[in-house]
Amino acid sequence: MTLKSRHLLGIADLDPEEIGLILETADAMTEIAARPIKKVPALRGRTVVNLFFEPSTRTRTSFEVAEKRLSADTLSIAVAQSSVTKGETLLDTVRNLEAMAPDMIVMRHGSSGAPHLLARLCRSAIINAGDGMHEHPTQALLDAFTIREHKKRLDGLKVAIVGDLLHSRVLRSNVHLLNKMGANVWACGPTTLMPSDLARFGVRPTASIDEAIDEADVIMMLRIQHERMHGHFIPSTREYFTLFGLTPARVARAKPDVIIMHPGPMNRGVEIDSDVADGPYSVILEQVANGVAVRMAVLYLLAGQEAQAD
Amino acid sequence: MSQVMDADRMGRALTRISHEILERNRGTSELALVGIRTRGVPLARRIARSLHEINHEHVPTGALDITLYRDDLMRQPLGPQPVVHRTEIPFSIDDRRILLVDDVLYTGRTIRAALDALIDFGRPRAIQLIVLIDRGHRELPIKADYVGKNLPTSLKESVQVRLQETDGEDEVLLTEPAGAEES
Repeated sequence: MTLKSRHLLGIADLDPEEIGLILETADAMTEIAARPIKKVPALRGRTVVNLFFEPSTRTRTSFEVAEKRLSADTLSIAVAQSSVTKGETLLDTVRNLEAMAPDMIVMRHGSSGAPHLLARLCRSAIINAGDGMHEHPTQALLDAFTIREHKKRLDGLKVAIVGDLLHSRVLRSNVHLLNKMGANVWACGPTTLMPSDLARFGVRPTASIDEAIDEADVIMMLRIQHERMHGHFIPSTREYFTLFGLTPARVARAKPDVIIMHPGPMNRGVEIDSDVADGPYSVILEQVANGVAVRMAVLYLLAGQEAQAD
Repeated sequence: MSQVMDADRMGRALTRISHEILERNRGTSELALVGIRTRGVPLARRIARSLHEINHEHVPTGALDITLYRDDLMRQPLGPQPVVHRTEIPFSIDDRRILLVDDVLYTGRTIRAALDALIDFGRPRAIQLIVLIDRGHRELPIKADYVGKNLPTSLKESVQVRLQETDGEDEVLLTEPAGAEES
């Protein structure tokens, strides 16, 4: 059992067996974090470039830790320090990096489809660490891993995704993944932040958070992405919190064993109440820990692909 | 295909190995068993049971997956990429005598990987190697301390250990791949 592609560009390209393989491999990887020496030699001699055109702390450090635990040589490039600010195009930046013969490039970019362009034109394997408003596959995989750890399954679960649906690549990747694995996905947000035709993707859209959360097994809160909002989508953050914020009273409508997730960074008091974020149902910090194991699994499985393609 | 060991002889070999372990280590107080996945794990559990029957002491038992330590992972692999399984060593290996268990000893590369993996978990006082079958053809300077059966083989032949826990039956088969006979 192997992955079919040598790149990870999005969840849309994966089939349920491949998702299962990644999650199983991630499960084996979690044990490494508990060892006295948290390192295995699997990717020794491999070079991985982390190329981040958008600010990121969680995803970038998570990839870096995953790469180091697999003994890869890593190189992280943040856009502010690079030649991009001097006017170089994306392709020229990457071609110059490729001259140093990296095996894999982990890329985050503000434009949807940027990693797909590189995958067509570069020799390296490309891992999408978030492209514009399109996909963020490793986030959806770590979310699925976290849900499975708690619920032992994905099929048949009611998952409510609440927040800024329009700008969210986390939503898109999660919808693909949860649908493929048989979960029932509800999406809730203000109509100004709801993409048209959401139902076409197998999602139940609603503007009522109470309806979305009712009897939910999983609640996923999305961040209000001020940096992507060029216009007036919500009247005020206070009104948003009143209508869509996750409060302890609202959590009570969900199943008694509900888990609450957030891809981070959180805006406390905007989309989520502090008492909920730090409360007993929150698995937000587990998501971060699981992110390392899931990214180790993806790196390992894609590196094996490379060896077969040689 | 020929059967070179049946269930009875396998049972006796494991019991004999258990007695040898006790003789060599003077008791079980510092011992721990670590089986190499897949078939080293049930073999390690059986040896633990056998040691318990002989001197009524429990020897902690773990499972080691060596996939991430293989030296052929990033070279052109012959088959599909191996699936990574969990390593479970629920005890400290520091200052213990570790009995590493595998089904077949062949090139020695699996054991090399297992030694690297084990040492990442701590500093054992000693590591001893137990194998059910030693089929020869070593490519590394590695030798077993306890052997169920020495089985001289040719490079063309393959040795298949089948266990109740994983295959529904206890036996060891020696097979020559089809077509190899003519060449």
